[in-house]
Amino acid sequence: MSEQITIEKSLSDWWSRVKAGQVGALPAILGLLVLCIVFGSMSSVFLTSGNFANLLTQAAAVTVIAMGLIFVLLLGEIDLSAGYAAGVCGAILVVMITEMDYAWYIAFPVSVLSGVFLGGFIGYLVAQLKIPSFVVTLATFLAFQGLLLLIIGEGGTIRIEDPVILSIQNKNLTVVNSWLFFTLAAGAYLLTGFWKFYKRRRAGLIDNLFKFWLLKALVVVLIGAFATSTLTVERSNNPDLVSLRGIPYVVPVILFLLVGATFVLTRTSYGLHIYAVGGNAEAARRAGINVKLVRITAFMICSGFAAVAGMIFVSRANSISPTTGGSSTLLYAVGAAVIGGTSLFGGKGKVSDAILGGLVVAVIDNGMALLGYPAGIKFMVTGAVLLISATIDAVSRRGAVSS
Amino acid sequence: MTDPILSLRKVNKSFGPVHVLKDVNFNAYAGQVTALVGDNGAGKSTLIKCIAGIYTPESGEFVFEGKPVQISGPRDATELGIEIVYQDLALCDNLDIVHNMFLGREEKSGITLNESSMESLAKKTLDGLSVRTVKSIRQKVASLSGGQRQTVAIARAVLWNSKVVILDEPTAALGVAQTEQVLKLVKQLAENGLAVIVISHNLNDVFQVADNIAAMYLGSMAAQIDKNSVSQNDVVRLITTGSSESMSGGKK
Repeated sequence: MSEQITIEKSLSDWWSRVKAGQVGALPAILGLLVLCIVFGSMSSVFLTSGNFANLLTQAAAVTVIAMGLIFVLLLGEIDLSAGYAAGVCGAILVVMITEMDYAWYIAFPVSVLSGVFLGGFIGYLVAQLKIPSFVVTLATFLAFQGLLLLIIGEGGTIRIEDPVILSIQNKNLTVVNSWLFFTLAAGAYLLTGFWKFYKRRRAGLIDNLFKFWLLKALVVVLIGAFATSTLTVERSNNPDLVSLRGIPYVVPVILFLLVGATFVLTRTSYGLHIYAVGGNAEAARRAGINVKLVRITAFMICSGFAAVAGMIFVSRANSISPTTGGSSTLLYAVGAAVIGGTSLFGGKGKVSDAILGGLVVAVIDNGMALLGYPAGIKFMVTGAVLLISATIDAVSRRGAVSS
Repeated sequence: MTDPILSLRKVNKSFGPVHVLKDVNFNAYAGQVTALVGDNGAGKSTLIKCIAGIYTPESGEFVFEGKPVQISGPRDATELGIEIVYQDLALCDNLDIVHNMFLGREEKSGITLNESSMESLAKKTLDGLSVRTVKSIRQKVASLSGGQRQTVAIARAVLWNSKVVILDEPTAALGVAQTEQVLKLVKQLAENGLAVIVISHNLNDVFQVADNIAAMYLGSMAAQIDKNSVSQNDVVRLITTGSSESMSGGKK
């Protein structure tokens, strides 16, 4: 008679993992809930549909940079120049479309390839010449800032009018398409989950996590349904003049990146090798993994994501400027990844961390601005949240080792 | 005695002017545990690194399953079915047991990892070694004890139908109970038909598991003898002086 597996047992398994230091995304989820409750009770605007849509578009670029950064962070490395890489690639995109009259479907792949190339350069210096990534990317941080200035030239800012690029951050799916998108996404999510467990059962492997997964999946789908219904509410001040309803285009873009990156990290041997190199590079080398290649490609992926973020920046600002991707962008992105539960020590993290963390950072930014706090306080609170997550990371790591 | 599965004859290896291995002969037998003992600097590590293909000896013959072979890189050794479990184990703490066992040689279906097939195979291997101490093979290696880690490292080495498994100081960092557990596993490997080579400084362990003992002294093979024909004192004398007058065993 096999052991009866109940929800209680799955939950208690999960709780013992949390206690053993595998806290995962739990702090970020709790933090997000607390922040939403606090801001929601203090500001009448915060929990409106309009602000929710605004929050998503606000968080988008930083989230995408953070998603790419996670590949690098998993190796225990860092890319300080990812913010300006986004700026440089955004500038390439804008200059190609506005000044050289290329179509977006040529300019965008070129800008992403430029990002991949920049990442390859960084990765080569880190992996081949063994210069610490902190130093290399500090240098490229300055260099990319210069490159951005050179590409933009004397003018300062360049506007972009390409309707496709602009629609990413400024247009929404229609209400019908929003629900269609939600149905497809939720269906695919549930089906892949069921398929995975079905295959395991067929192979005769016991699972004590199925019911737990089902619970989690239902919660995720319910949140998705709630978000979709919120976003399909009319949020224009003057609906007769211009209607603002539906999921912003940037959401499917991010979801696509999330699924793609998660697939690579969890289902392919390349992803496993990234975790292995981050966990124990020497063990990975002895197992026959090409550690250098893994390092270089991770930096390439990181800067490739930054290029997509550059496009999102450009779409939101309708232009490129010498500060695009600058100031606190990169630090917010690193913060997003770490707040989401990715370890700065390498070997631990998920791409979905970037989404959660990116939302936390955006909620703080957005909520405090709505409450009228000055930028100084905003930065200090964001810094404190980052510090708390880094503490949770360090402490949970110690807990995991000593247990 | 049966023919050895792996036999080294007159192997020499120098690092610059230092002659580290001098005409070393060494045999490993399928189904037996061969202990490799010797003081620090006697050449034990160099010898196993030659077997594993990490070093290439200047001269000497390798005979594997009766045929002369050339081992000029770690890949050659792996292809012959020779696996080494290093002292520092080389496990990734952040990966689970299955992924550690298959690291670098993952089973795939298309471009995706074939998790179920890897998990079943890992389970079968651990069962074959009579390992019952791990709760779940999907748990992270970070949460395992020293003995369990050693078990995972050994299981990884035998996963590939290997024929010779070399263990470098498998009990050096373990407590009493865990040492017992690992030694049992070492015996089990030999019972499963593998040739096991164990490097150890602990003569109690050596006498507990080994079928024959190879003692090195200053780069030469002092003797390779049947365990039952020597006493612990004889082995100590071999390690410290390179010879033993009172010895009666068949010196090779």
